[in-house]
Amino acid sequence: MRLYRALLHVYPASFRAEYGDEMCAIFAEKRREATGRLGAILVWLEALADVAVSALRAHADLFRQDLAFTTRTLRRSPGFALTAMGVAALGVGAATAAFSITDHVLFRRLPFAFPERLVKLDQEQLARGYGHMELSPGNYRDWKALSHSFEAMGAYRTRAYNLGGDGEPERVEASAVTVEVLEILGVRPLAGRVFGPQDDAPGAPDTVVLGYGLWQGRFGGEAGVLGRTVLLDGNPAVVIGVMPPAFHFPNRDAEVWSALRFGPSDYDDRSDTYIHGIARLRPDVTLAQARAEMRGVAAQLERAFPEANARTGAAVFHFRDDLAPQARLLPLALLGAAGCVLLIACTNLTSLLLARAMVRRKELAVRAALGAGRDRLVRQLLTESVLLALGGGALGVLLAAGAVPVLARLVPNSLPIAETPAMDLRFVACALALTTAAGIGFGVLPAFRAGGQAGVGGLQEGGRGGVGGRREHVRSALVVAEVTASVVLLVCCGLLLRALWRVQGVDPGFRTDGVLTVRTALPLPRYGRVAAREQFYARVLSDVRALPGVADAAYISYLPMAMRGGVWPVILPGVADDPGTRPLASLRFVTPGFFSALGIPLRAGRDVRESDTREAPPVAVVSESMVRRYWPGQDPIGRQFQFGLALRTVVGVVGDVRVRGLERTSEPQVYLSSKQVQDNSIIGYTPQDLVIRAQGDPMRLVPAIREAVRHADPQQPVSGVRLLSDIVAGETAPRRVQVRVLAAFAATALALAAVGLHGLLSFAVSSRVQEIGVRIALGARASHILGMVLRDALAMAAMGVGLGLALAYAAGRSMEALLAGVHPGDAVTLLGAVGLSVAMTLAGSLVPALRAVGVDPLTAMRVE
Amino acid sequence: MSERADELLPLPEATFHILIALADADRHGYGIIQDVAAATAGALRLSAGTLYRSVQRMLEQGLIVETRDRPAPELDDERRRYYRITPFGASVARAEARRLFQLVRLARASGLAPGKA
Repeated sequence: MRLYRALLHVYPASFRAEYGDEMCAIFAEKRREATGRLGAILVWLEALADVAVSALRAHADLFRQDLAFTTRTLRRSPGFALTAMGVAALGVGAATAAFSITDHVLFRRLPFAFPERLVKLDQEQLARGYGHMELSPGNYRDWKALSHSFEAMGAYRTRAYNLGGDGEPERVEASAVTVEVLEILGVRPLAGRVFGPQDDAPGAPDTVVLGYGLWQGRFGGEAGVLGRTVLLDGNPAVVIGVMPPAFHFPNRDAEVWSALRFGPSDYDDRSDTYIHGIARLRPDVTLAQARAEMRGVAAQLERAFPEANARTGAAVFHFRDDLAPQARLLPLALLGAAGCVLLIACTNLTSLLLARAMVRRKELAVRAALGAGRDRLVRQLLTESVLLALGGGALGVLLAAGAVPVLARLVPNSLPIAETPAMDLRFVACALALTTAAGIGFGVLPAFRAGGQAGVGGLQEGGRGGVGGRREHVRSALVVAEVTASVVLLVCCGLLLRALWRVQGVDPGFRTDGVLTVRTALPLPRYGRVAAREQFYARVLSDVRALPGVADAAYISYLPMAMRGGVWPVILPGVADDPGTRPLASLRFVTPGFFSALGIPLRAGRDVRESDTREAPPVAVVSESMVRRYWPGQDPIGRQFQFGLALRTVVGVVGDVRVRGLERTSEPQVYLSSKQVQDNSIIGYTPQDLVIRAQGDPMRLVPAIREAVRHADPQQPVSGVRLLSDIVAGETAPRRVQVRVLAAFAATALALAAVGLHGLLSFAVSSRVQEIGVRIALGARASHILGMVLRDALAMAAMGVGLGLALAYAAGRSMEALLAGVHPGDAVTLLGAVGLSVAMTLAGSLVPALRAVGVDPLTAMRVE
Repeated sequence: MSERADELLPLPEATFHILIALADADRHGYGIIQDVAAATAGALRLSAGTLYRSVQRMLEQGLIVETRDRPAPELDDERRRYYRITPFGASVARAEARRLFQLVRLARASGLAPGKA
């Protein structure tokens, strides 16, 4: 019998209370009538089936009733319903959007076969501070031969081609991959095939696989493109396949995949590092085991090639983890910000529902008196809050769907994933989970409070909720939570803003105004010879310099910031040389006039000259930091050092330039004459960026510059037409996006918090009307009342600020990598955030406070 | 409470049987179960859960009321609650019976049921 009674707990409590006893009685009768063990078992089976079915139906009955009731009551107060749903929508929308970005960048499996076993292999020279360096073909070949941890290993490099053939020549980003790579990734081509062993056979024609975007854009999506011959840097290659639209490798920019092949001579120079390794782990091998094995392999190679492989290790890591710390941190910061917004939204909803429950306490009390049990009231209020949350959640999903493409600008393009995450089931599931949790979370407290007190005091005339100590605590806690969350957001947003200003304030070392840059990447082998290149430069430069308004024009290998690497070891004569710790300097070939075109100050000596040819002694112009490092306090002019495959003599000193960007320390810079290099040597550093300083808007020169390039070489495409100021602005673009996104979150949070505080404090005042009336009647002055209300508000704000500052400091510490050296405890930021929060609290409490002052004692006390 | 009997039609089977069982006398829950079983020769055996879900809804709809009149003390079990059909319940039951009767007439007319049309 006791068992049956326990079973009845499956029914709604109200149903059980009403009919439980009778059902037990009936069960007892049936047990009495049943004969034998079989009869008893049958009675039990029947009871079990009955409870299972009818309990479910009883719950459904109640739900239908509550739903109908809730819809009716909400329709009667549309303002409340819309506010609550709007607030829920903001919270759920922010959190869902942030979740989908974070999931996309950090957690979702890469769209490749066996992504968890996909690893990247790089060289590392930790002694020099380089964690991930490119790999040399020689080391790649030996790593592959000597290791056993991998099912397959391939190599790739990013590059760019002048794509010709039909139509205008065009510059395309590409990746050269060995035959294994696309096989390892395991993505089927949309049409045709990927590279196979036949493409590696000696004498096989060059082949190429196209990306979907390029196929659609340049070839109009024709199926006939397969088998066509295109020109890559002037060399014919046969199109063998087209990849699907979602395929990106190794980053989002690559649109063409060409076959990477190594000739026997490529394996010789192990200091020539320009490829990356990619491999799939064997199913039974862990990453740690693979790392241990590769450590051994690297050590073995260091012994075999002590010069080129000095202190060179092997870095093995999950392909998923090939992310800069900033890129990793950003989605987490976003998630944190969204969490704050969600917290504030939920707090607001709680206070809204709490206030509503107070207003409705008479109605609830009447219903309780008419026999509705506490659980029925709780259940009904919960239905209301969940319904509101679901409405808000649906709106929130729309909001998130709109916000995700904007937030997607935070997705780093170094990952082989689409920019915008797909809106899939996970997205909706996340929104649904958040919504339901929020609905129950913010509904449960008001429901229990209202349900609990409904029976007793609710009916008493003048029974007032709100003065009781515990309720006051709840409300204070809500205020404190709102202030805390907004302080955290404000501080984080402020810190990022300070970091942006700091970075924007960094002097790049050159002047950007009126400077236009254009890239003409000269293809090989046509331009392998220096004389051919010099002829091209001379023609372009003389045509461009003749244009009206052009003050200076020059060529350089790579513009600063547009290309950050490109370093070469420096060897000083007479200084002990350790190949593992050779200092590096940034190497650039330039034509005369580069420094004046960029406004880089010449501190001593001279610029490179037309006469600095291969017949003349090799010269170098070095930056000031180079002088400080090697010849401090001495005259650097005439000093010599081994660099770029020759002994160079310093002829000039120029100011330092932020080659590696505004936020990183750059190596000292060495500029060499574009003529002083052997044919087909150091070919990666061939000058290709044209810089033009002009009066007025330099963009108007673009057609004439294109004409000048066409005049020099009709086959040569022009790419990357940009203002130098845009390149520098690009340095801070991600930060500007970050700040804007976080500011949007902070503004939302602040607005929500202000509204929430206003609501909470208004309610606190209105529930103290009688007390205030008594005080005024006893002679309290208006300033006292005002002070009392504001003091209460500020006391709560102070707690929130204290808590918020502590949390914000912790948050700031954890995102220090994003702060460009701004201290997480930055006083200006903290004071600003505190000021704003206090202002918000005061603004929120001002109207309620004024209302308190205006309380008429007679009216207030007549309410009793 | 429903204004018009027709709005509740067609009645769920259990509801109709409960109304029939209460038509001649007030009964308690187990009494209803037994009466229904007897009237249908054991074909319909209401379970306790189904019975009280129906009773709950019928109370809300005003088809039945709980009655304070108790049988003679020696026959009574004070845990039991007795239910009585209301005039509204009776008219709903009559309306349902009429509806079913017309259905049967239709079926007869088309030769699907025995008897005269």
